[in-house]
Amino acid sequence: MNIIACVKQVPDTEAQIKVKADGSGIDEGGIKWVMNPYDEFGVEEALKLKEKLGGDVTIVSIGPARAMETIRTALAMGAEKGVHIDDPALNAADAYATAAALAAAIKGLPYDIIFCGQRAIDDDSAQVGAILAELLGVPQVTFVTKLEIDGTKVKAVRPIEGAQLVIETSLPCVITATKGLNEPRYASLPGIMKAKKKPVDAKNAAALGVSADAKSKVAKMVPPPARPPGKILCADDTPEGKAAELAKLLREEAKVI
Amino acid sequence: MAKGVWIVAELRDGAFRKVTFELASTARKLADQLGEEACAVVCGSGVAGIAGELGKYGIDKVYVADNAAFEPYTTDAHAAAVAKVVKDNDASILLVAASFQGKDLAPRLVGKLATGMASDCTDVKIADGKLLAVRPMYAGKCFGEIVVSATPQIAALRPNVFPIVESAKAGAVETFDPGLGDLKTKVLEVQKEESGKIDVSEANIIVSGGRGMKGPENFAILEELAAVLGAAVGASRAAVDAGWRAQSDQVGQTGKVVSPNLYIACGISGAIQHLAGMSSSKYIVAVNKDPEAPIFQKADYGLVDDLFKVVPALTQECKKLLG
Repeated sequence: MNIIACVKQVPDTEAQIKVKADGSGIDEGGIKWVMNPYDEFGVEEALKLKEKLGGDVTIVSIGPARAMETIRTALAMGAEKGVHIDDPALNAADAYATAAALAAAIKGLPYDIIFCGQRAIDDDSAQVGAILAELLGVPQVTFVTKLEIDGTKVKAVRPIEGAQLVIETSLPCVITATKGLNEPRYASLPGIMKAKKKPVDAKNAAALGVSADAKSKVAKMVPPPARPPGKILCADDTPEGKAAELAKLLREEAKVI
Repeated sequence: MAKGVWIVAELRDGAFRKVTFELASTARKLADQLGEEACAVVCGSGVAGIAGELGKYGIDKVYVADNAAFEPYTTDAHAAAVAKVVKDNDASILLVAASFQGKDLAPRLVGKLATGMASDCTDVKIADGKLLAVRPMYAGKCFGEIVVSATPQIAALRPNVFPIVESAKAGAVETFDPGLGDLKTKVLEVQKEESGKIDVSEANIIVSGGRGMKGPENFAILEELAAVLGAAVGASRAAVDAGWRAQSDQVGQTGKVVSPNLYIACGISGAIQHLAGMSSSKYIVAVNKDPEAPIFQKADYGLVDDLFKVVPALTQECKKLLG
């Protein structure tokens, strides 16, 4: 089984995000970088599949030099090798150009199944997995919480509003992972030592024969609107009094109930 | 030249979902600003009868493909049909719901049509004849203004944010052949959750619980308040990781990013990841014993007290007011 897991390095969920004064992006100073949490579910599922069916796991990532840390983390979890696409033009690419670069890198590799996170928690665009599937001409199942492979048959469970769908498709395909699929493992110390020696191929846009032309761009970034200071309720200081005051305010002032 | 503001109608069990009317109303508004038509694509099974309904929400022309392959939804059937009809008609703007279905379909269309998209938008407008979409990024820690340079310019609209506006237009209905090829995915089974459950991503009101709920059984008091308010019950990551609530209820940076009219946070201290996921709510209420909890900095109304006393009292008060 040839398994690919795509990963992205993103700011830690605890990071405070500050927008640059000119709105051109975020201030990256002081940010701790981690593997996108949804990609961790993808890597874990890739490793579980390999352990069950044999084969190997290749990690593919686009990002600047620091993204190598995230590739090494995945290798330390148990993946065999990596592809690091590092190109200033692609590092800031939109979803289409990102997926096109991933597709070009993956086309040069043998693959039966590809894992992505359902979205990256930085741009929150939730597009790359599905575009990648389209560009490779393979089916997709997104937001997967359960996966079974039997031969070339794929059975996956995904949530929709108020229900879960059991979907059948076939290999090769793209799966986007979401919370619930598994519990990602931690890299062990021997794993971290071994990861240092595992091969990582370096690629850029020219080597992949792709363009970084964006179809969409973030014209401007702005901080979230400031919220006016709130009211602390203290009517007669009993829980019942406060509850009554709140109900009245929600009804008459906020008009939301 | 590309022209017209299009929507992809979303159906479930043969009826339009509410978000479809939100999309239609928004398409009407944008089409008026551009002086163009608003059009809808309806892919479903046995839907010819309801297609014209979209005229009530401002759609000029409804393109219908009726085929058993569309129900239930699969990516390949819908992506093939929608891509074909918007390409044949050279649509300029395409609005899709940022629902589970739309988030699966829209990026596949981006790939098929070699274009760009703004995901999960909370505002869209026309600036210099182009679509300008506003969307939360980093789970709402900042906002981005997105422009798409290719056509169609795709935007996925977050459910429950855009108003539904009725219109005097009468939509013309036309059928089209979706040209479905080989379909590679099929739905084996639809497992419905308990009936009446509202998904946090679509709720007007969310009553959410965190670590302060102390155990899964205590969520019953939130369920009672939610039942009175017609609200969904959400949870913080701490409550989900403890196994008290389903993952699908999680609100926050690694869960769902929500924008209800009212968010009532009970026993949630307000970790930055949680605040990120709910801070675009219109009104925020925080109930917590700890007056120093960071959630109070985001709250419009703060109650510093024992939630186990406040929440049942609030349920009684709301019953009286709404009864």
